[in-house]
Amino acid sequence: MNDQAYNFAYLDEQTKRMIRRAILKGLAIPGYQVPFASREMPMPYGWGTGGVQVSAAVLTPEDRFKVIDQGADDTTNAVSIRSFFQRTAGVDATTDTAEASVIQTRHRIPEEALREDQILVYQVPIPEPLRFLEPRESETRKMHSLEEYGLMHVKLYEDIAKHGHIATSYAYPVKVEGRYVMDPSPIPKFDNPKLGNNAAVQLFGAGREQRIYALPPYTDVISLDFEDHPFEASKADHACDLCGSTHSYLDEVITDDKGGRMFVCSDTDYCEKRQAEGHTGRRSDATQLQEVGQ
Amino acid sequence: MQSQTLSGGFTDPARDAARSFRSVMDAIAHPGTIYDITGATPPAPLSIAAGSVLLTLCDTDTPVYLAGDADCDAVRSWIAFHTGAPIADAANCHFAIGTWEALMPLSQYSIGTSEYPDRSATLIVETAGFAANGTTLSGPGIKDTAQLNLPDAEALASNAALYPLGLDVLFTCGSQIAGLPRSTTIHLPETA
Repeated sequence: MNDQAYNFAYLDEQTKRMIRRAILKGLAIPGYQVPFASREMPMPYGWGTGGVQVSAAVLTPEDRFKVIDQGADDTTNAVSIRSFFQRTAGVDATTDTAEASVIQTRHRIPEEALREDQILVYQVPIPEPLRFLEPRESETRKMHSLEEYGLMHVKLYEDIAKHGHIATSYAYPVKVEGRYVMDPSPIPKFDNPKLGNNAAVQLFGAGREQRIYALPPYTDVISLDFEDHPFEASKADHACDLCGSTHSYLDEVITDDKGGRMFVCSDTDYCEKRQAEGHTGRRSDATQLQEVGQ
Repeated sequence: MQSQTLSGGFTDPARDAARSFRSVMDAIAHPGTIYDITGATPPAPLSIAAGSVLLTLCDTDTPVYLAGDADCDAVRSWIAFHTGAPIADAANCHFAIGTWEALMPLSQYSIGTSEYPDRSATLIVETAGFAANGTTLSGPGIKDTAQLNLPDAEALASNAALYPLGLDVLFTCGSQIAGLPRSTTIHLPETA
């Protein structure tokens, strides 16, 4: 269904041109945050207005659109953004990572490797990696221009001094092409290695903070670390209880009030595909039991 | 004259602009790769590709500089009618359009500031033809290396040396487009 009362993909053309120019500058200067005039969207700030505006600017009528929220296709945020663009842009939606040409994501990178003809759009809450270290925008802008990133290393060092290891587990800062330090949005650091040398175009949109930045395909992205405390992509030390995967990022799900819990893939599409292929986990019967119980 | 001014825009503005932008974005995201771009039919001497880029990216917020033959009444009124973009001189433009020779020297365009490197000009360079041979390119968006015929590899290499400042270039020819952002490393024959 295409809602004819709105322009294609909701935004007016002048706004889209402005966002498109920002995307191009972002791609030309990987990791640099391009200011843009973020618009009011029919959802509150914090619900992915940045990602939605970037998606609105890049979607074409021929695209297949997928939205994930922490890896899941069926959460409120993902379902409503998906149906928003089905209505206003008339695009086909899918939950299959391989079938999608544009994927909007909140805080995950799909487990399945992306291709050159795919675009990954991130929703970003705080685009400035230095913001919690230096609250003044005028100062952080100067720090980026001077490549003055010592403060970020001090922060990681303080982690080590306090906890014995780098305790930052999500929104782990990266350096892009040896120049800009970038916030990869609050993806788990498990996903950091997928940022660099990825075949897909990666676009980041922060609506409230009015910033767009980008990583072209095959960009050099390094997670900041120290020689004696190298970066480590960590995950829960379990296998998925539904599909048995030992190399995917897991969510911990509380199943009762007696300490019962299970670990499941956060990427629902990946997990379902594996189950369809016949892979099983420790509690593969759990979903069936639940259905019988209802 | 009048009818030429009014015609040649996108037939379905929102969707044509979306498709056209995808080509421009692919070109900038994959430097050296040639993409098809259509939608606009601008007056001579502008190519379909250059006209489509103008309609996709330019409006009243973006001063445009017309260099050489591109600076003619037909083009001026076409841009005025379809985009409303003000015509500016080279130093103040956001987009510059023309042949490579007409656009020279590169030093007259804004390359951005160290705090706002995005405030730089984008050149739309009309070329005689594309060939996937010539200068070797590498950098973001390129898997290993790419090849593209460049009008002046040395001048473009000095532009790349300004990174993160510098100009971004879109090469257009007929209904094809290729991109060369400032982030691309240009391997000059001596160093290749």
